Formats: sequence, C-alpha cells, structure tokens
Amino acid sequence: MDTAPPLLRFDGVICRFGEVTAVRGVDCAIAAGSFVALVGASGSGKSTLLKTVNTLVEPSGGRVVFAGEDVAALSPARLRRRVGYVFQGIGLFPHFTVAENIVIGPRLTGERLAPARIAQLLALVELDPGLAGRMPDELSGGQRQRVGVARALAGEPELLIMDEPFGALDPVTRDALGRKVRELHDTLGLTTVMVTHDMAEALLLADRVLVMDAGNLVADQSPRELLAGAGGAMAQRLVAVPREQAERLAAMEAAPG
Amino acid sequence: MNTIWELLPGLGDKLAAHVLLSASAIGLAILIALPVAVWASRSPVVARVALSLASLVQTIPALALLALFFPLLLSLRAVFGENLPTLGFLPALMALTLYALLPILRNAVTAQANLDEGVLEAADGVGMTKWQKLVLVEAPLSAPFIMAGIRTASVWTIGAATLATTIGQPSLGDPIFAGLQTQNWALVLAGCLASAGLALAADNLLWVIEVGFARRSRWQYGAGIGLVLAGITAALWAQVPSSQDRRIVIASKQFSEQYILAQLIGSRLEAAGYEVEYRDGLGSAVVHSALAASSVDISVDYTGTIWTNYLKRDDNPGREAMYETIAAWERRTNGVAVLGRLGFENAYAFAMRAERAEELGVASLADLVPLAPRLTMGGDPEFFERPEWLAVRDAYGIRFGKSRNFAPTFMYSALLSGEADVISAYTSDGRIAADRLVIFADPKGALPSYDAMILLSPRIAGDAGVAKALHPLIGAISVEAMREANLAVDREDADKRTPKQAATWLAGEAGL
Repeated sequence: MDTAPPLLRFDGVICRFGEVTAVRGVDCAIAAGSFVALVGASGSGKSTLLKTVNTLVEPSGGRVVFAGEDVAALSPARLRRRVGYVFQGIGLFPHFTVAENIVIGPRLTGERLAPARIAQLLALVELDPGLAGRMPDELSGGQRQRVGVARALAGEPELLIMDEPFGALDPVTRDALGRKVRELHDTLGLTTVMVTHDMAEALLLADRVLVMDAGNLVADQSPRELLAGAGGAMAQRLVAVPREQAERLAAMEAAPG
Repeated sequence: MNTIWELLPGLGDKLAAHVLLSASAIGLAILIALPVAVWASRSPVVARVALSLASLVQTIPALALLALFFPLLLSLRAVFGENLPTLGFLPALMALTLYALLPILRNAVTAQANLDEGVLEAADGVGMTKWQKLVLVEAPLSAPFIMAGIRTASVWTIGAATLATTIGQPSLGDPIFAGLQTQNWALVLAGCLASAGLALAADNLLWVIEVGFARRSRWQYGAGIGLVLAGITAALWAQVPSSQDRRIVIASKQFSEQYILAQLIGSRLEAAGYEVEYRDGLGSAVVHSALAASSVDISVDYTGTIWTNYLKRDDNPGREAMYETIAAWERRTNGVAVLGRLGFENAYAFAMRAERAEELGVASLADLVPLAPRLTMGGDPEFFERPEWLAVRDAYGIRFGKSRNFAPTFMYSALLSGEADVISAYTSDGRIAADRLVIFADPKGALPSYDAMILLSPRIAGDAGVAKALHPLIGAISVEAMREANLAVDREDADKRTPKQAATWLAGEAGL
C-alpha cells in the first residue's frame, strides 16, 4: 500500500483565520485506494484541513497536491467534480427533486445523466429508484444523506471527502450508512478521507487513522496499531472511550441477573 | 350611494394612468433593489448603508417626497436641458420608486441572510461558480420572500400614487382631491374605492405568484405573472393618446373656485374647437412654475400671490400699479402672457362670525390687536408661512394666543364649531355670506390686492385663437357671482352643484 503513488498530499499546510491558527503545518500523503479517517476533538482543525482539498478553504501557507497538481491551480468547478463531498449539513437543494440533486455536479460541467444512471446511483445507496421524482423534504434524514452520497458519487470522483457525514443521523442509520460507504469504497475503488470525532467509527471503517490536536497531526496509525497502544497520549485518550464502553457493556452482559 | 357606481366607470383613464405609474415605479424599484441586495449579501457595509438610506426615505412623508422632486428636476435642467419634465410622470415615478425600495430591499437582504448554510456549502461543494450559485440556488430560494416584499411595496405604491395628483400626474388621486375640495364625497369615495380595489387586486395577484414560487409551481407563478403583464398592457393600451396634437392643459389649485374657473375656461376653449385636458388639484407652489415651463398651459392666479411669492415684493403700490408691474414682469421674465383680469378679487382677509365680532366689538384688524392673545387663529396650511400674514403681523403687531392649520374647506367648519375664533378667509368665498361672517377692514393696507387673472404659458402665449376664445371672460365676473358659484359647489345640501354645473351657471351670469 505504501508503494502506491499518493493521490493526495498535504505539504506544510497552514490555515490562519485572523488571530486564530486552525492548522499549524500538516505534512501527509494519502495513497490511492486507501480509506483514511481524520479524528480529533472539536476545534482540532480536522474539518479545516479537509476543506483545503476541494478549496472551500484556501491555505495561508503550504499547498495541497491532488493527483500531481496543486489544487490552487485547478478550476474549482473541475476540481470539485473530481472530488465528491459529503458533509453533516447534507445540503440537498430543497427546490430540486432527488434526481436533480444527484445530477447537479455533472450538469454544471454540461453533462446530462441518463435516467438509468440516476437509478443506478440510487441503487448504490440502497434507495428505491421511485424516489427520483420526490422533493428532499419528503425524505427521512437517513434517506437524505444517502442522496447526499449519491450526489457526491454522480461525477465518478477519484476522491471522496466526507466531513462528519453521519453526525446528524440516528445510531442505527449511522451504522448502516457507514458500512454502506465502506462497501462502496471497496467496490468502486475509491480513495476516501473521512473527518469524524467518533474514534469507534474511525477504527471500524478506516484503514488508517490520522489524529489531529490543536492544528497538528499527532498520530498516523492503522486501527490495529492504535488498539495495540500506538499513536501517543492524545490518540490513546480517544481510543480509550469506545474501548471502555465496550468493556462496560461486556461486563454488564457477563454479570449475573 | 348610487352615484358612486355611476362615477366609477368614468375613472378608467385615471385607473390606467395609476396602473402605469405604480407598475413603472415598482418595476424600477425591483431593478434597483435586487442587484443592491445581491451586493449587500456580499458586503455587510453595503447592506447597512442601503437599508439605512431606504429607511430614511420612508420617514419622509410621501407628499413631501413627491413635491421635493420638482425643485430637484428644475435645477437638473441646467444639466439635461429645458426639455426635462419637472412635473407629472417623471417626478412621480422617481419619488414612488424611492418609496418602493425599502420593502423589496429589506426582504431580499433578509432572504439572502436566512438561506440555509448547508445548502450554500453544498452549492460550493458541487462546484458552482458564484453566478451559478446565485441563479440556481440563492435566487429561487429567496424568490418567495422577495415576492412578499414586492407585494408590500405594491400596496404602498398604489396608495401613495394617489398623491401624484398634486404634482400634475393624473392618477386615482384626481377624483379624491377634487372631491375633497368640493365636498363631493361620492367622488372621494369613488377614487378611494378604485385605488383600494386596485391595491387589493395587485396584492392578491402577487400573492398567487408568491405562493407559486414557494410551491415551485411553474404553472401558478407563470399564470400570475401573465395576468400582471396583461393588466399593465391593457393600461398601456388605454393610455395611447387618441390624437397626436397636444391638448391645452388647464391647471387648477386645490380649491373650488379654481375648479370652477378651469371648467369655465375649458368650456370656452372646447366651444372654440380646442381639445383640453384638466390638471386638477396641483399644489399652489407648483402651478406657477409648471406654467412657466409650459407643463400646463392656462392657470388662474392672483396678483397678490405673484407679487409676494415671485416678485418678492412687500410694498403695496395699489391695485392698478401692481397689475401692470406683474403683467410686464411675467412677459419679460417667464414669457408668460397675462391675458387680463376676471373682475373679482380673492384676497386674503381675516373673518369672524358676525355675532361674535359684534359681541367683541371688533370691526377692523386694528380693533383685533388687544384681543388677539385670547383668540385662536385658523389658517390654511400655508398661511402662517405667507408674506401676507407676516405683513399683517408686523404692520399691526398682532399676536394670537394660538394658531392652527386647517384644510381650506374645513377652516369654515372650525370657525362655526368654535375651534378657531378668526380665520384667514378668502374674499370670494361663498361661505362668507352663507355662514354670516364679517371681514375685518385693513386700515393700514397691509394686505395686497388679489385680482384673479388668466395666465397663458409661453407655449400658447401667442395663440390668437385662445386669446379670442377667452377674451369675453375678462372683467366679466363679479365677486358676488363668484361667491355664489363657490357656495354652490361647497354647500352640502340638495342645491350642491358640480364645478362644471357651477361654471355653466357662472357663464350665464357673466352674460356669455
């Protein structure tokens, strides 16, 4: 895996907003085909770093290289078509049908998607193709985020970036959609970067976990390595939470009546 | 009440003019407000400045805003030349557009500010340019709110457009102002009903469009927009002038005598084969300037008014000298022709109920001075600013306990009801005899004479046909006849006459 050429590289990325420095110089390469989770507490800079990839945030220093090119040099519209974006706010366009929402990215670059392709995209995220003509406000929260994922995949992106994608969903939907995304990652051969504050989710879905703290990358490990105690104090504090919860649940199960 | 329904069909012309004026003002306001709102959504400073300015405009009374455009346009003639209209459609359009800006701008800015953050982030995330984001996302999502602002603006504008009458733009305000002055309540109600009906119709139609936008029903908002356009087109069609020649425009100020004399002059000209048009209810201050600018062609004005307001004189050389000086001044300065005097005076005078005057033992202004601090003086809205009042005040050193403003029509009622003890009456007013009023003598000659005279605009100053048609009116109208005609229009009983009927009667009285 480490021998594959990196699809995405952060080169000393710094993000400053006035007095606040959200990202303090991150260097990191992400190989094509990997599923990377970016974990950290609120305010650790993980979302800001993610948004430098599709240029929603412009770094104050350093650069982001995607498929060999500096993203700052690419036209935003072209870049964003190649980088699928899923985020907590979902952001379906309320005045577009489900189908219109899904095809918006290709439409902006002048391409029309056939109804069969729309049905295929809906099927990928396990939605009834009959929903294509519905308006977003007729869908449940889980269905909406499935449409959000389908929209991100519509342009056949090389990279999928997700910012707390399941944060607003109920636990059952969250688990199901998480597994679904991992499955799509594997079957479609995607490269995925997912920001989450939930270490359990990161450990269960990703091949590689990056931990951020106060704008710095403090750990870069596989889930197994993290569970084995690697990655330093901050990473271990985050790993401790789900581990302890699992132990308490196991103990409760084992305890007699 | 039957009369209202008979009057309504006659208001078609005014309605069409009203629709066109309001629609133009709202359309222009939309064209200005929407780009400003887009700009404001990108810059908080622009948002603050634009909303403050629009709010500031709202604090100016609509009537004053309309009137302010007259001097503004007059001064702009230095830049745009003498053909720039100073009265009528242009100033009315400008004032109403300013007035319509606020609700549209505020709703558009608020709608933009309240757009869902997630939706905007998604628009960027899928790669929309700023323009695509505006057209595909921000505009359609803001449309229902912007329509609500346009609805508010429309109702305001249709209401305020009635005031355009005062600056010479025909509108549904014409019957309202004419009716108020002649106490023809059916006419007032007809004008109010028509403008209220128009406002309601516009409000409902725009509501249909607003809901159409909210439901994203193309059929619904399409039909609504189609109906609005059809209404405007119909109004435009109705306004296409029937003849190419410009008619002769007869102006009148806001009181009965002016309406009657306008009708009298109009009927003489029509009999001589001219086409005429009436601009009723103009503000007293704009009539003279409008005439000098040939925006209107004929007006009846009074020597004292011209003397003090335009020649800026405060001396009193006597009736004849004053008239001769004015006639020469008008020709020289404005190119306005003074055709002649009608034969009566409508001077400012101080009046009181006869029995009250007897009780107080007052017969002249000099007698009034010691009693004045205990009395209330009622004047028309401009009286206490007028040089006549200042002249009397300074000549006699008179100080009233209180002074109040009344619309001319209501001044007499105030006198009878005791809300005023003394009023600034007009000598040709029919109510002087009818209400048993006395007019105080002016021993110091502080009040100038007010001979009524016919003035012709520079455009028709040399028209021999007009002069010939109107010449029989010169010197033909006595103050008694004028009082009686005024009373016939102002009275409230069964003998009430329209200005047109009174004009016919007056023509007979003058031997025409």
